[in-house]
Amino acid sequence: MKPRLVLSYALLVLIGCACLYPALWTVLSSFRVGNSLFSDHFIPTKWTLDHYRDLFRDRDTRSIPYATWYLNTLKVSTVSMVLGTLIQLLTAYAFSRFRFNGRKSLMTVTLILGMFPGFLSIMALFVIFNTLNLLDTQWALIIVYSAGAALGMFVAKGFFDTIPRSLEEAARIDGASHMRIFTNIILPLSRPIITYISLTTFAGAWVDFIFARMILRTPEKWTLAVGLWNIIDAYNSTEFTLFAAGCVLVAIPITTLFMYTQRFLVDGLTAGASKG
Amino acid sequence: MKRHAAAAGWLSALCAGLGQWYNRQYAKGLLLVLIHAAGIYLIAAKLSPYLKGLYTLGTKGQHLEKVGKISKMVPGDHSIFMMIHGVMAALVAVLFVVIYILNIRDAVAVGRRRELEKDPRSLNSSVFPWMLLALPIIGVVFFTIMPIVFTSLIAFTNYASPNHIPPKNLVDWVGFATFHKLFNLNVWSNTFFGVMTWTFIWAVLATVTCYFGGILVALLINQQGVRFKGFWRMLFIIPYAIPQFVSLLIMRNMLNEKFGPINQYFRAFGLEGLPWLNDPIWAKVSVIVVNMWIGIPVSMVLVMGILTNIPKDLYEAADVDGASPWMKFRNITLPYVLFATAPILITQFAGNINNFNVIFLLTGGNPATMAYNNAGETDLLVTWLYKLTLDFNQYNIAAAVSILIFLFIATLAIVMYRRTRSFREEDMIQ
Repeated sequence: MKPRLVLSYALLVLIGCACLYPALWTVLSSFRVGNSLFSDHFIPTKWTLDHYRDLFRDRDTRSIPYATWYLNTLKVSTVSMVLGTLIQLLTAYAFSRFRFNGRKSLMTVTLILGMFPGFLSIMALFVIFNTLNLLDTQWALIIVYSAGAALGMFVAKGFFDTIPRSLEEAARIDGASHMRIFTNIILPLSRPIITYISLTTFAGAWVDFIFARMILRTPEKWTLAVGLWNIIDAYNSTEFTLFAAGCVLVAIPITTLFMYTQRFLVDGLTAGASKG
Repeated sequence: MKRHAAAAGWLSALCAGLGQWYNRQYAKGLLLVLIHAAGIYLIAAKLSPYLKGLYTLGTKGQHLEKVGKISKMVPGDHSIFMMIHGVMAALVAVLFVVIYILNIRDAVAVGRRRELEKDPRSLNSSVFPWMLLALPIIGVVFFTIMPIVFTSLIAFTNYASPNHIPPKNLVDWVGFATFHKLFNLNVWSNTFFGVMTWTFIWAVLATVTCYFGGILVALLINQQGVRFKGFWRMLFIIPYAIPQFVSLLIMRNMLNEKFGPINQYFRAFGLEGLPWLNDPIWAKVSVIVVNMWIGIPVSMVLVMGILTNIPKDLYEAADVDGASPWMKFRNITLPYVLFATAPILITQFAGNINNFNVIFLLTGGNPATMAYNNAGETDLLVTWLYKLTLDFNQYNIAAAVSILIFLFIATLAIVMYRRTRSFREEDMIQ
């Protein structure tokens, strides 16, 4: 083998280790006996499943209602996913399929507002929710996640653009209404894009920390991101193995989803660059 | 030929719906007349007190009042309530104005079609897309536009703890005093300029390291002779697949000065270990390195996508001309990749200015410093404004900072938008 290739493989292995190490370390820590961050061995000498059991068990000494957090996160993410996907599909479909007055300017506004980083308005949302007494409700969080979904519609619009118009025209000649065309022709054809949108909105809500911490105040209402952050912040790593187990359970669904949606990844990332 | 367009337009300007009535669209006309009436009634009777409240922000604070013989605390005007109501009222008023203008345009358009003796009804098909867009528009107006308006308003008030928090006290318009404070008053300006400088250094370094790191890794995998390309790609994408908050919190533990595994390895080699997150300089190094771990996979995936798109005949032509591998890389691959990823570079830069997660979850903005007001050494403008809002209730300063960040990002966005336009028109590489 050439020296260049040997060097390349060495680098690749090194980078690979760096990529894997944190995940591997966390998984191994979650099976380790004891609760401390410190350990003499990378691979635990004694294995246990206690930490996973502990997560779902009530204890008086500390308040880590992990099961509740998991359910909260599941609830918030699922509802936001349904609402957000619906809103995004409607917007994308309207822009892709109809030529109405003001379409161009509305699309420009969408593009510009979409570039506005959502959480810059965090101060305003905080004050508004606070004044209207909506702070500490999960509905406020769901609204925040799904209300702006329309602004991310460009990937979906690109998809709708590729569905041939002749299909609809044929249906229209047969006397189908707008609604019927949408539900019976467009929706079945757009299963891939629906999957993509719902998975990304679901994952987005699942991993969000910024808004969740702003809105949710009582531990029973927290989502996983806030809860896990709080374990580290409040217990200062004294419950590390428990935290590691919590992390593993949070990451599994998202990582699986991600591996599944990988093929859309490049489209999603470059959407900002080529839309218009 | 009759002049339907002008007649319908003037009638609609007089009262919404009359022009439609003239065009024999009776149902639409009736609806618009009703909307016009409702609009006038609402603006005159209901909305004007709110609009006035937006102007005054309340006149009476919480105060003592004599009720019979005893004095009682009476709640005063709630300035922020009044502001929210005022903004909503203004939005509703704007909505009416928009409907009014659209109504005139519609009347003129239908009138013109009648002049040309076309079927005016074919315009009606444009109602359906608006039905689809109704819900999205409401969502965006109330949860994207209204907060933006609200933020810009708060920046010009004195809404901040401890002296101006309703319902106890009133809030007032103060003009540019907040910005003045931010720029000139030492307590605030030191923090502001300090944090801003670090934000820029961070954004540049974070973008550049991830971008070139991504290109290097992609090229490494894509070399001729390297096998299992799919496997390496999959492996290197793992950091991106793990939820960010999880990996950041884990990193925070790994870098723990006393018990973390990184320092443990240092000690195994007889070294002392480093204060990764507790020393001002090392904390900055740590956030940039950890950000590379998170950000390089993204750039790598993008660059790998571009590499497969480079036309093979370019290389074949280069081979015919006898180019060395280095020359091919220098003159084909690199320009192609740089050109195609330039817009992404701008988005990533903008994203890094606002990279809340990496800073807040990893260091929380710490280590703390006496030099700053409510901020730590690694705080970015966004994490600072988050703290100002949630922990210190300095709403007006937070609003002013948001506006400044927004202006900067907006400039970038416009540049970006222009560029994407030009991208579509010119050929990829001359």
